[in-house]
Amino acid sequence: MAASVKVEDKQVETNRESKKRSQWAEIWRRLKKNKMAMFGLAIISIIVLSAVFADFIADYDTVVIKQNLGDRLQGPSAKYWLGTDEFGRDIFARMVHGARVSLKVGILAVGIAVVIGGSLGSIAGYYGGKLDNIIMRIMDVFLAVPSILLAIAIVSALGPSLTNLMLAISISSVPSYARIVRSSVLSIKDQEFIEAAKAIGASDKRIILRHIIPNSLAPVIVQGTLGVAGAILSTAGLSFIGMGIQPPAPEWGSMLSGGRQYLRYAWHVTTFPGLAIMITILALNLLGDGLRDALDPRLKQ
Amino acid sequence: MSDKLLEIKNLTINYTTEDGVVNAVNGIDFDLKEGETLGLVGETGAGKTTTALGIMRLVPNPPGKVISGEILFEGKDLLKESEDDMRAIRGNFVSMIFQDPMTSLNPVMTVGEQIAEVIELHQNVTKSEAWEKAKEMLELVGIPGPRVVDYPHQFSGGMKQRVIIAISLACNPKLLIADEPTTALDVTIQAQVLDLMNELKEKFKTAMVMITHDLGVVAQVCDKVAIMYAGEIVESGNLVDIYENTSHPYTHGLFGSIPNLDEDIERLNPIKGLMPDPTNLPTGCKFHPRCPHAQALCKEKAPVTTTLNSGHRVKCLAYEGLIKAPALTGNKEVG
Repeated sequence: MAASVKVEDKQVETNRESKKRSQWAEIWRRLKKNKMAMFGLAIISIIVLSAVFADFIADYDTVVIKQNLGDRLQGPSAKYWLGTDEFGRDIFARMVHGARVSLKVGILAVGIAVVIGGSLGSIAGYYGGKLDNIIMRIMDVFLAVPSILLAIAIVSALGPSLTNLMLAISISSVPSYARIVRSSVLSIKDQEFIEAAKAIGASDKRIILRHIIPNSLAPVIVQGTLGVAGAILSTAGLSFIGMGIQPPAPEWGSMLSGGRQYLRYAWHVTTFPGLAIMITILALNLLGDGLRDALDPRLKQ
Repeated sequence: MSDKLLEIKNLTINYTTEDGVVNAVNGIDFDLKEGETLGLVGETGAGKTTTALGIMRLVPNPPGKVISGEILFEGKDLLKESEDDMRAIRGNFVSMIFQDPMTSLNPVMTVGEQIAEVIELHQNVTKSEAWEKAKEMLELVGIPGPRVVDYPHQFSGGMKQRVIIAISLACNPKLLIADEPTTALDVTIQAQVLDLMNELKEKFKTAMVMITHDLGVVAQVCDKVAIMYAGEIVESGNLVDIYENTSHPYTHGLFGSIPNLDEDIERLNPIKGLMPDPTNLPTGCKFHPRCPHAQALCKEKAPVTTTLNSGHRVKCLAYEGLIKAPALTGNKEVG
């Protein structure tokens, strides 16, 4: 016994560096190997940074929303990098500020949906039985209505505003998170370490929060990343039909909508916001796919 | 007697499934004094784990249900405790080691956090004190203290089982239930883990219920033995009673199926047949379809517990004097 402990001691010293790695560090290492995912992450970082520092790039009141009809519908030039829109506003400046709205709505809506859906799903999965049935059937009712239609209905009932938009998008995506969390809780709650946690006297709340949820995060992270893309798309879609962000505030969807009647004369008014939406969503999907691979233990080398 | 730490009386646990009622534990009795170790031996499906979960009140319900009986721990009936009181008992006074060390640890928490968790739950200490105590416990089970920050996947099976032992003993419980703690480990590690458990048990004066199907382990660790078959304790007693004065035909069968080093035999000598279907147990003596000494009466009359000498109890009609089986009872006093 004493001898074996000594041997282990020695191994520990030599392997100290490599053994310090936590599970998240391991996932980060696997993600770094995936070039597409890192490409996506880089693009998202650029968009996030430009959204955060948007005020340094272009002033909101004097550039972004101030109309300058003398310069309307100009093509890309040194003065206006991506041209101007139908009111003579700098499209690049509006896109940078529009990223703020898109990211805010995307991340917050998904955040709210993950918290609500996650709690409902974990309660349904952990307790099972009647409670599970009641919660999941309500979720099924929500799922029966197409999510964009549900969002339109909520916004038209509450009136268009940034908060209502976020609320509408998050409510319409709650059921999918509830289902994902429920299914992973179901697979985790029967594992022996949960029983062991019960055997040391942990309460249900503690078991759910400290043992089950951390173990069921992986699929939620993947779905959340992809969900941000979906939420950005929904925001753009709702703004396009006039139910989202109201003018003159810049938003990618409403910029598309505003420029569509000038498509024949001024291609840049719709093309650049459209490209912004496409690239953001592509980047988020690449990152989401990369995360899915990195979080999947079966692919562990 | 008041010095009994644990006393189980007529415990019956059923599982209700779609295929019928599974009679997992059928009216078992045993008791345990402080610091004593009881070996609960039996085949897979004999109801050993269900008994252990019953003591912890962790039988999954539904489908499981404790039908009757009493589990007296320090004189209090655990079956009558509230769920909150029970939570305060689990891990603090009674703790359990599970069978498979590979799956009994939470993969996303460091071992230190997991040892500290039980200390925080039951002792009035700060986080950093719990962490220090966790480190001490880890060193106590022979793992270097700095490894508290490591995750379970960085440990080998034997070391994981040591971590689990550290968790279960962290609050210095009075009773430790070990459910086949060494089954998933290879033989050399098994010996180390058993030594460690023995050592710590002596140190903390913990009573232990050791569930196993390995009679060798029992001989090494236990003071008393209870042999379980189809949810009943068919024979119980101290080591000498069971190993030297083996009485029940099932226990004979168990010993008979262990290969003997001194004899050169071609084939092992197993007990014929299989464990009965627990949803449809045989009438009379549950063991009679497999018993080499079975007679007509065995099919009809269920045996009651016969006390052979102080502490040695057996459940067989031959010892009640109702059937004649001289091959079994020999010239021992019967009646």
